Amino acid sequence: MRRQLITTRGLAREEIEAVLDHAAEIAAEPAAYGDRHEGALLGLLFYEPSTRTRMSFETAIKRLGGDAVDMGSVEASSVSKGETLADTARVVEGYVDAIVLRHPKEGAAAMVGEFVDVPLINAGDGAGQHPTQTLLDLYTMRENAGLEDLTVGIMGDLKYGRTVHSLAHALTNFDARMHLISPESLRLPEGVRYDLREAGASVEEHTGLDEVLPELDVLYVTRIQRERFPDEDEYRAVAGQYRIDAATLESAPEALTVMHPLPRVDEIAADVDETAHAKYFEQAHNGVPVRMALLDRMLDGGETWSRSGGGASPVEDDGGGSS
Amino acid sequence: MSDADRELRVSKIKSGTVIDHITGGQALNVLALLGIDGSDGEAVSVAMNVPSDRMGHKDVVKVENRELSQDELDVLALIAPDATINIIRDYEVVEKSRVERPERVVGVLECPNRACISRTGEPVASKFEVLPDGVRCEYCGTIVREGIADHIESA
Repeated sequence: MRRQLITTRGLAREEIEAVLDHAAEIAAEPAAYGDRHEGALLGLLFYEPSTRTRMSFETAIKRLGGDAVDMGSVEASSVSKGETLADTARVVEGYVDAIVLRHPKEGAAAMVGEFVDVPLINAGDGAGQHPTQTLLDLYTMRENAGLEDLTVGIMGDLKYGRTVHSLAHALTNFDARMHLISPESLRLPEGVRYDLREAGASVEEHTGLDEVLPELDVLYVTRIQRERFPDEDEYRAVAGQYRIDAATLESAPEALTVMHPLPRVDEIAADVDETAHAKYFEQAHNGVPVRMALLDRMLDGGETWSRSGGGASPVEDDGGGSS
Repeated sequence: MSDADRELRVSKIKSGTVIDHITGGQALNVLALLGIDGSDGEAVSVAMNVPSDRMGHKDVVKVENRELSQDELDVLALIAPDATINIIRDYEVVEKSRVERPERVVGVLECPNRACISRTGEPVASKFEVLPDGVRCEYCGTIVREGIADHIESA
């Protein structure tokens, strides 16, 4: 059986909860896992810049007793000589015990999955999916708000934001009510909307936060990128409407959890950091136990994950607030 | 107008394929899909938007000396779901069948998403899952509903 995590589309609730439960065990006693995978080698194939995802995967494998190797910068690798991704992956497969792939093209991980037999994890494919981010997002939600009877607001760039696509798919498992808040031009792509409809998800779309803020248990904010707009003025006008600060949150429920996949620019003002709502740094920290749990299960074998694609349109760099 | 009247519009063929009940206006896309442009010298007859009892209007294509493969029939089903295929030998219909929507089509359509990995020169064929009302790229998830014929890969 292949062991792959390519997308959250079609990922079963039991599979998700098994990882989250294991992550909680690891978080409670991380030292107990320090030699779980001694000698295991993780191959990091990152064709796009990354701070959090790359570092937390590296941290996770090292905290399991293993190590990581990477291909260095794209410019310094044989990618610059025109080698295909399929070839690079097949070569690296022979060096390592598992591969983590970040790539600017949508469906890149699904494609690599056709060529390699070692465990494979999609760490972001363009404006497609970012399933491990979703696992740590759900872990954070579970810790702070619980996953039962949840009302989640997802705001910002829903079109190109891969973290949003993966999260929306996964939330259909938990009967969550989703409020999608974005400018018209950055609404969720048709491929994801189709799946949400098929899953019978409760989804409402809004262009403004005010009307739904009082109902939310979780507000998931993503970055709106300047290159999505034809000119600076339009970008500023639109982005300004999807920014929150401490004053915005005065009308929010006391228990509201504010999350963000990071990096943020100014869509969450610094004064929110001081409020009890702010959980985005905790969220980022959860990346390590969650990725440890995932690696532990995948390296042990036996785990099978769905592997079809899911995404939107062109993206040049980091998709709308992915790490 | 009866089918007999319509049959008079184009001449009978000795052997080959008659594709009938093509969605009105799709005949040229059907020919493009099958890679038939007349350059091989085969006789091709096309009737477009002729009246049909069942469909209102339909297109008909007759191709001499050509029988269709299953792959071709599969994709044909996407742009002409009601099409019927008549295999002709010696002026007689020897086989008549309807097209069936396939579950997936491989290596036939190009994903319209320029950011899709299937368009970057990797050694893979395009793959589309067939939905009730369109097709969906198995790599990037992009859904195509309208104008599927516009995305047929150039041969």
